[in-house]
Amino acid sequence: MIIMQFLILGAALFSLGVYGVLTRRNAVLVLLSVELMLAAVNINFVAFDRFLGDELAGGQVFALFIIAIAAAEVGIGLAIILLIYRNRHDANVDDLDLMKL
Amino acid sequence: MTMSDWLSQPENYVFLVIALPMVFGAWRVVTTRNVVHAALYLVLALGGSAALFLLLGAEFVAWTVVLVYIGAVVVLFLFGVMITRAPLGRQDDLSHAANVRIPAAAISFALFIIMGGSMLSYFGGEEFTADVGITRTADIGFVIFDRFVIPFEVVSMVLLAALIGGIVLARKDPEPKEVESVDAALAAPEGGDA
Repeated sequence: MIIMQFLILGAALFSLGVYGVLTRRNAVLVLLSVELMLAAVNINFVAFDRFLGDELAGGQVFALFIIAIAAAEVGIGLAIILLIYRNRHDANVDDLDLMKL
Repeated sequence: MTMSDWLSQPENYVFLVIALPMVFGAWRVVTTRNVVHAALYLVLALGGSAALFLLLGAEFVAWTVVLVYIGAVVVLFLFGVMITRAPLGRQDDLSHAANVRIPAAAISFALFIIMGGSMLSYFGGEEFTADVGITRTADIGFVIFDRFVIPFEVVSMVLLAALIGGIVLARKDPEPKEVESVDAALAAPEGGDA
């Protein structure tokens, strides 16, 4: 195994996540694309951890932290989307232009 | 390292078997016209990442991904989808039109080329050390509670704050009490005395 195969896979998943964030209109799907980007970062962290043979396993520990933060982010994000839907009966990102001049 | 050398290692076939469905799943997550399917394709991508972590010997991270991501986050997403989009099924208004999609595809492809090219020029064909071995979960636990204990506590506080914030945001506000009834409650004892 070489390190590049994991890095290329991570870059591909991250780029697909960026594409999803830019093109999706539904807020839940934007959040799903963000999860995809976080998964790509996790792959890079663990691959570099094993590549460098880190004694402290820093890459794996930070991958665990990212997983925890992603769970918190999804909880808060879905609560906000739920609130928006309850007030406006719509969860399309580009319709939320209340603060636009 | 040439391509034939790379293909002579059996674990690379395992990698391809895992990685190609992952990319397909990620592609469907961002393009499918059904919200529930998007969440289920995310399971494919995340399950592939868990399998890659097993391939790399990071067992604890792999099973944490299965438990937290696939077990909790995707279920939460399905709840969110079913609450906010009552008519489930195929819908055509989930993505922007082609005038947004084409520049977005160009941006993300350029990002992929820049990231891949810069990493390729730096790491090239560097191989993993011969014996990567398996990271024991006990070692991860010792490291978390020794070297990384402060970030660990910070993450626990973030989770607590997210829990409270989620409850406060998502619960229904209590009905505002009638002002007249408060006045009546205050006036009632006086009326009783009189």
